[in-house]
Amino acid sequence: MAEIILEMKEITKNFTGVRALDRVSLTVFDDEIHALVGENGAGKSTLMKVLSGVYPHGSYEGTIYFKGKECQFRDIRDSEHMGIVIIHQELALIPYLSIAENIFLGNEQAKNGVINWDETVAKAKQILKKVGLDENPNTLIADIGVGKQQLVEIAKALSKNVQLLILDEPTAALNDEESNKLLDLLVELKGHGITSILISHKLNEITKVADSVTVIRDGRVIETLQNDKRSLDEDRIIKSMVGREIVDRFPKRSVEIGEEVFRVEGLTVHDPNNEDRQVIKNVSFNVRKGEVVGFAGLMGAGRTEIAMSIFGKSYGIHHRGKIIKNGRELRINTVPEAIEHGIAYVTEDRKNYGLVLIDDIRTNVSLASLKSVSTFTVIDENRETQIANEYRDKLKIKCASLSQKVENLSGGNQQKVVLGKWIMANPDILILDEPTRGIDVGAKYEIYTIINKLAAEGKAILMISSEMPELLGMCDRIYVITEGQIVGELSRHEASQEAIMKKIIEHQKLSRQRISA
Amino acid sequence: MGKLTSFFKSNIRQYGMVIALLFIMLFFQVITGGILFKPMNVTNLVLQNSYVLILGVGMLLCIVTGNVDLSVGSVVAFVGAVSAVLMIDLKIPVVAGVFLTLLIGLMVGSFHGFFIAFLRIPPFIVTLAGMLIFRGLTMVILKGQTKAPFDKSIQNIAAGFIPGDWHIGGLNGIAIVIGIVMSILFVVSQLNSRAKKKKYDFEVLPIGLEIAKITLIVVAINLLTFNLAAYNGIPIVLILLGVLIFIYTFITQRTIAGRHIYALGGNEKAARLSGVKTQKVMFWVYANMGFLAAIAGLVVAGRLNAATPKAGTNFELDAIAACYIGGASASGGVGTVVGTIVGGLVMGVLNNGMSILGVSVDWQQTIKGLVLLGAVCFDVYTKSRNTSR
Repeated sequence: MAEIILEMKEITKNFTGVRALDRVSLTVFDDEIHALVGENGAGKSTLMKVLSGVYPHGSYEGTIYFKGKECQFRDIRDSEHMGIVIIHQELALIPYLSIAENIFLGNEQAKNGVINWDETVAKAKQILKKVGLDENPNTLIADIGVGKQQLVEIAKALSKNVQLLILDEPTAALNDEESNKLLDLLVELKGHGITSILISHKLNEITKVADSVTVIRDGRVIETLQNDKRSLDEDRIIKSMVGREIVDRFPKRSVEIGEEVFRVEGLTVHDPNNEDRQVIKNVSFNVRKGEVVGFAGLMGAGRTEIAMSIFGKSYGIHHRGKIIKNGRELRINTVPEAIEHGIAYVTEDRKNYGLVLIDDIRTNVSLASLKSVSTFTVIDENRETQIANEYRDKLKIKCASLSQKVENLSGGNQQKVVLGKWIMANPDILILDEPTRGIDVGAKYEIYTIINKLAAEGKAILMISSEMPELLGMCDRIYVITEGQIVGELSRHEASQEAIMKKIIEHQKLSRQRISA
Repeated sequence: MGKLTSFFKSNIRQYGMVIALLFIMLFFQVITGGILFKPMNVTNLVLQNSYVLILGVGMLLCIVTGNVDLSVGSVVAFVGAVSAVLMIDLKIPVVAGVFLTLLIGLMVGSFHGFFIAFLRIPPFIVTLAGMLIFRGLTMVILKGQTKAPFDKSIQNIAAGFIPGDWHIGGLNGIAIVIGIVMSILFVVSQLNSRAKKKKYDFEVLPIGLEIAKITLIVVAINLLTFNLAAYNGIPIVLILLGVLIFIYTFITQRTIAGRHIYALGGNEKAARLSGVKTQKVMFWVYANMGFLAAIAGLVVAGRLNAATPKAGTNFELDAIAACYIGGASASGGVGTVVGTIVGGLVMGVLNNGMSILGVSVDWQQTIKGLVLLGAVCFDVYTKSRNTSR
């Protein structure tokens, strides 16, 4: 039996009002690849942030033992000093510095503050050889692909004498060839005594390389499965990931679903940074009056891109396809046109895309519908305040007064302000992108209630969510989206977490076969 | 009483600079032995600072979007030079000349706006280039020399007074009447908006404070007009300034366009996704800056009664400083026209007061710099205290 390298005991981490981790214990053995799986928001990343010192000692309960010693990390530097290195999903490389400079960033090969470039390049070359990257160390990061950048990240970790490597979704942005290369590298590093913790949604990768798999759900460890004989199958993991009764977390809705009001046909959109890449491929769907339609899929599947493309071409270039409302094709090129045609989009990122944080509640709520409270472009502030007050009461926004700045509100209340803004715009089609992300259970329930009310008023609602129970609880129909395509449509009684996962994995298998064929 | 202190605490940012201005005025009034508020000096204060205040109004909009315009000093000189060519060399009638000059200012602003809004070049760079371009063109047009004199009516814009020879007890009657009319209009409009708010059942200022505020402003208006009346009456440029302040306060506080500028400055991405035409807003903010720079350019030309290659040097910095002292935020989204006027007056009174005292120009610069720094520190401090509460 190998020795234990890492033991996390009874880790509990609370965010204001939300318990992100609930007495989580994790044991990782020396020289293994330990996979961590779970839905988005299950607590995987939070656990890893606790481990790497992003959340310092004292901000959580529980203890961490690394190589038998108790650790109390104050920050990332502390954990890196012990040989624990985390590689985040968004790479932390500086694009206009060279590979060598990036590898030794913060760890410069210097004497008295003067960098020895010869040594830097020579050492970089050695490390690059280890990770199997055949590039000149002086090449700029901006000039190499994401796959190679990922390898540079690992090289950077190796330069710090890493013993435990944590990778958060390392293959999310990679193609299959690059992914395989990366996974092979992890196996090879294991042979050199480097233990890895791998967070991934791609279960086929996990069954291929992981020695053990820990499943996390709702901030709790469900179980740890052994895979040393590579006998674990994906269905077994899925069952553990989603196997939960859905209790009555969703308010009931009894709405007569009417005729179709909104239809998108053959929507194809290209990546603004890479003209040849199709991010959205031939997507067609429809929504009916009073219906709540879900977009299921993993992060990065292209759901937000679809929504933003519809909403005044806010994403992408070279748009093709038709947008049809009430049987008439719409020509929408800008956001004001989209609003004019009764489309509203509630963003997944309320702080960056939804709110003017330094402004007060009133001005945020009215921002998208100023015309309705003004005559000849002169705003009637009294009417504006009155209407904002109505929404505050209707949506139960908890605040000291309407002139409170939204940056001082809690996440749930901020979300309600964004919702209020778009309800005030009085749309016929309301697109909700992750409407309950990062807000607590009570606020979630209130937002579900609001959604139901809107459906009852006859609005057509499109709901994007990474939380499958939420989609299953709220939607009349669910489209499954992967890699910018719709790969399945499930009615309310067909839909289950297993069915959705299966659609995604089937598609992944298919596209893999197509590549290898 | 607790209500009162809490009111002041939450509004300290709004009123802090006004109180500071009052203190600075009082300080110089005492230390100069009463010269500061002599009728002639008050008139001078208005005449000296008018163009910086006009520029400040336009600059505020740029700063609310989170940027600055560095070119305004050069544009002031350029516009002066062009107007001199039009009206002195080509002898174009004054009205047509003024109209063409303002149009050229608008075009200069649109030139900047085009690069900023549609080609997405950072405003700092575009207007830095504009600063060099238009200073250069000014010298080209004027061949390094001064063009003078302007028509009497152009001089009047900057240095003239409202005509009329009607006196009440030795004071200019028109100025007194204007003061009283303005006071009545102000009181009526304040009471009106208070009544409306009450009708909607909204929160209003405690009645005592409301009266105090109105009284203070009425006293300030009448003190100003009284002083002006004791000298030559109301300067024309003050009317111009008053109209501009009124229009731009209205635009920024009460119209959709104004709201869109603040939203853009607060969070451009969110504004765009809320249907704000961000490019259009950016374009017009800079086009408008060019227009106001042209007005300021005419005032400067009229005041000097000449177009000179060095006119307007460093005006952009005074205008920017006025905005920041007046509470505008360098990161955008915050600031008011009235604040900018107060900021500009703080600088103006400092200038004027120190000049009376005979403080050398070098020290004046230093002290102005320190005041700017102090004002912004105060602003940041009160802001951080407000959010931490």
